[in-house]
Amino acid sequence: MATAALADSHAEHHYTSTGLSSSKIAIWAFIGSECFFFASLISTYLIYKGRSVVGPYPHTPWTNPATGEQFHAILNIPVTSASTFVLLMSSLAMVLAHSAVVRGDTKYSKIWLAMTALLGATFLGFQAYEFTSFVHEGLKLSTNLFGSTFFILTGFHGAHVTVGVLWLLTLLGVDMKRGLGPRDAINVDVCALYWHFVDVVWIAIFTLVYLIQ
Amino acid sequence: MATTVAAPALAGTRHKYESGIWSWLSTTDHKKIGQLYLYTALAWFIVGGIEALIIRTQLYGPNGRLVSADLYNQLFTMHGTTMIFMVVMPLSAAFFNYLIPLQIGARDVAFPRLNAFSYWVFLAGSIFMNVSWLFHAAPDSGWFAYAPLNTRTYNPGLNMDFWVIGLQILGVSSLAAGFNFITTIINMRAPGMHFMRMPIFTWSAFVTQFLIVLSFPMITVAVTFLLFDRFFGTNFYEIPAGADPLLWQHLFWLFGHPEVYILILPAFGLVSEVMPTFSRKPLFGYPVMVYSLILIAFLGFGVWAHHMFAVGMGPIADSIFGITTMLIAIPTGVKIFNWLGTMWGGSLRFTSSMLFAIGLVCLFTIGGISGVMHASVPSDMQQTDSYFVVAHFHYVMFGGSMMGLFAGIYYYFPKITGRFLDEKLGKWHFWLTFIGMNLTFFPMHFAGLHGMPRRIWSYDANQGWNVDNHISTIGAFILALGTLFFVINMIRSRRNGTVSGGDPWGAPTIEWSTPSPPPHYNYARIPTITSRYPMWDVKAPRLTETVPHTKEGERKMGVSVAGKETGEITTPSDIHLNAEGAHPSADEPVIVMPTPTIKPLIATIAFVIPFIGLIWHKHAAIMVGGGLFFLIAMVAWLLTPVEPEH
Amino acid sequence: MAEQSHSQTMYDAHGEAHALEHAHPDWGTYKWVAIILTVITAIEVWVYYTPLKDTRLFVPALLLMSVAKFAIVVMFYMHLKYDAKLFRGLFVGPLIIAVIVLVSLLFLFGQLALHV
Repeated sequence: MATAALADSHAEHHYTSTGLSSSKIAIWAFIGSECFFFASLISTYLIYKGRSVVGPYPHTPWTNPATGEQFHAILNIPVTSASTFVLLMSSLAMVLAHSAVVRGDTKYSKIWLAMTALLGATFLGFQAYEFTSFVHEGLKLSTNLFGSTFFILTGFHGAHVTVGVLWLLTLLGVDMKRGLGPRDAINVDVCALYWHFVDVVWIAIFTLVYLIQ
Repeated sequence: MATTVAAPALAGTRHKYESGIWSWLSTTDHKKIGQLYLYTALAWFIVGGIEALIIRTQLYGPNGRLVSADLYNQLFTMHGTTMIFMVVMPLSAAFFNYLIPLQIGARDVAFPRLNAFSYWVFLAGSIFMNVSWLFHAAPDSGWFAYAPLNTRTYNPGLNMDFWVIGLQILGVSSLAAGFNFITTIINMRAPGMHFMRMPIFTWSAFVTQFLIVLSFPMITVAVTFLLFDRFFGTNFYEIPAGADPLLWQHLFWLFGHPEVYILILPAFGLVSEVMPTFSRKPLFGYPVMVYSLILIAFLGFGVWAHHMFAVGMGPIADSIFGITTMLIAIPTGVKIFNWLGTMWGGSLRFTSSMLFAIGLVCLFTIGGISGVMHASVPSDMQQTDSYFVVAHFHYVMFGGSMMGLFAGIYYYFPKITGRFLDEKLGKWHFWLTFIGMNLTFFPMHFAGLHGMPRRIWSYDANQGWNVDNHISTIGAFILALGTLFFVINMIRSRRNGTVSGGDPWGAPTIEWSTPSPPPHYNYARIPTITSRYPMWDVKAPRLTETVPHTKEGERKMGVSVAGKETGEITTPSDIHLNAEGAHPSADEPVIVMPTPTIKPLIATIAFVIPFIGLIWHKHAAIMVGGGLFFLIAMVAWLLTPVEPEH
Repeated sequence: MAEQSHSQTMYDAHGEAHALEHAHPDWGTYKWVAIILTVITAIEVWVYYTPLKDTRLFVPALLLMSVAKFAIVVMFYMHLKYDAKLFRGLFVGPLIIAVIVLVSLLFLFGQLALHV
């Protein structure tokens, strides 16, 4: 997406009906579509909330009546609050990266792109830690409705973050090879819009899954 | 490898991608991609039709034993899945691809390589789904695949694995195309083509794309849940874990209902193009036709649970959805009246295309009436899950979508190939189809009301359904005969049809100003639009006297000629719209078109490999390897410029 | 130039792209946005650990704060406040329909109820 659109800036010299970039129109249409994708995943989580036949549960401890095994509440609010903060800051870095590209500042564009990717990767690291510790504590995909809905919802969100990090690294690669200037601003903008949207979805997930019981 | 063209000297430029099979495999030309969709979809139409004939033969009389119950389940599942996802949708896509750039005065779509990718992914998905036949394991839970029958517990074999994966692949094709066409229509209209001057087919296509990009995510999610349940042990539809089978139904119909509007609106758009031309009158109530398209799409998201009246949602939910369903009949009915209004007082030409268009108006109305009967919740309690429903949706899908698509094929075949489809064979096709279709599906209303359930593989002799089924089966074979005439017509006319020229029908919109078939670059010079019916403004001004033109009310020529803006045009011979002798203007010395490339096809192959690994014993190496291959293919694609430097 | 939006590239009659020299939200604005987002997140988490968690105000308060964060990111970071209205339509339309569908599903599955 990054450098195709970079090539497309030639195509953009052609007349457009709106004076706007086709790539930007396409990414907003994509984001609109993704609203439905994540709304369906979130709906399912909320529909099945409180309906798991067996534990472990997100916010309350549980003892397995058959085995006597004890499980504490699975979700870790402090850790997830930290990762939420990390993702929020990555959006700030993204905005600064785009700003740098617009004014042709190739030093700071690299710094902020790298920073955004790093913060995104940190978020993924937190998520990997979270997933593995949950599995350790007895919550797998197949354990109950909570396991299925939680891992699929946050897993697909994480997959979106991963795609975003790869996208950022590609942009960073191009920046390091030939430099990103004002002509490339549209491509960084499109990546930024995707990145912010992924952040915004996490805002919804953090509240609806972690904070609300 | 540059594809720079000084119009009209395209023929003088040698290009290794210009002919032969490689030109098709590497094409990014929307016109070629449209043709690929057209022929592929028609091939699947034959396959789906054969599945239907076997079904009808099995049901001809009581206690049929042509096929086993198990095979019967596979047949009706694949018939539905094929007709919806591999026939009607890609036939619509054929027209989206071919027509949208031509109708809006563009040279191609916004993202030509993504466009090619959409087609190849569609081809791959449709083949994947049908490979299941080779394993005697075609999907068998109905095209709507209700839970928990679709789960591993009740359906352990490969059948639903093929369905789940095939559908995910097909979904990607439609979504990608949706973003492409939305961007194209918003951003690539010729100067002066305001939204309310767009051809009505482009409007219906535009609304349909929004339906696609907003509804397909929901089936993606529903099917993803099923995929994870079947392959990775999740519990979305596992009853013992507390799952609710209605989750599947809600998610599916949240997609499924907008889907039926996706299936009908393009056909409506084609009829709205055909009728004015063959009535020699502008479309009656163009603005209302546009608003009703938008209203149908919007309301279409609010009616989904009318497929679920009998599941026990309770009277409040049932009533709400019953009301919204009745409401949606209003904008749809308005369109019927507007088509009648278009014909009223016009000078009608009953070409095959026009006959199919009129056929849609009649048959869709019948289907719409049975639809309103379904909207009434008490009535639906009797009708649901019976053959009454089968009658209803075949009237709107065949009598509606297919008739409209046939109207479009007869209308646009000359533009695509430069030759007419034979009118005599066309009339045989129409009448056999019209009679066959009514014979097949009208009795089903009665069979349904007399209690014949859907999806049964055979029935006893004393149920009172024998006569209805006899007639339906005979009708189906008459339909098949009509289709045979159509296939013969298509094959013969490609080579031997009468040559048509640029504007064989005397049509109003600008795609008819190009030669037939149009050159690679569509328009030598992008026209400037000042009205809704530019060709009639020039060729038959009296027809558009009552249609608004420019704000000042002056009649200006709808297109620019030979490199200069002109004022009044005196004779049609002044028009050399995109003629071979036209000079490109000073600010566009050469026309640069996107370079053909094999990368979308390679990306498609890479995309499908992980799915093959998944269905083949969850083979991790193939899945991971395929995924990496896809990543590399995408990066290679995206790092390549769309056009050469210029 | 003043009325043109922030990060648009305008395409003139000759199809040439001009990156506009205009007032971007500068580091100052972005800094404040980041601070406000952090503060709201902190309040959300803090509220989770107070007795407020068990009151009927908890869920509405959290939802309100999340909506505020959502809106701030969309309007400022995603520039929707400053960009062409088309983008607002492409996003807000689907968002509204998606939210209505989500709420309808919650009612249909009995997770939400109107107490009459």
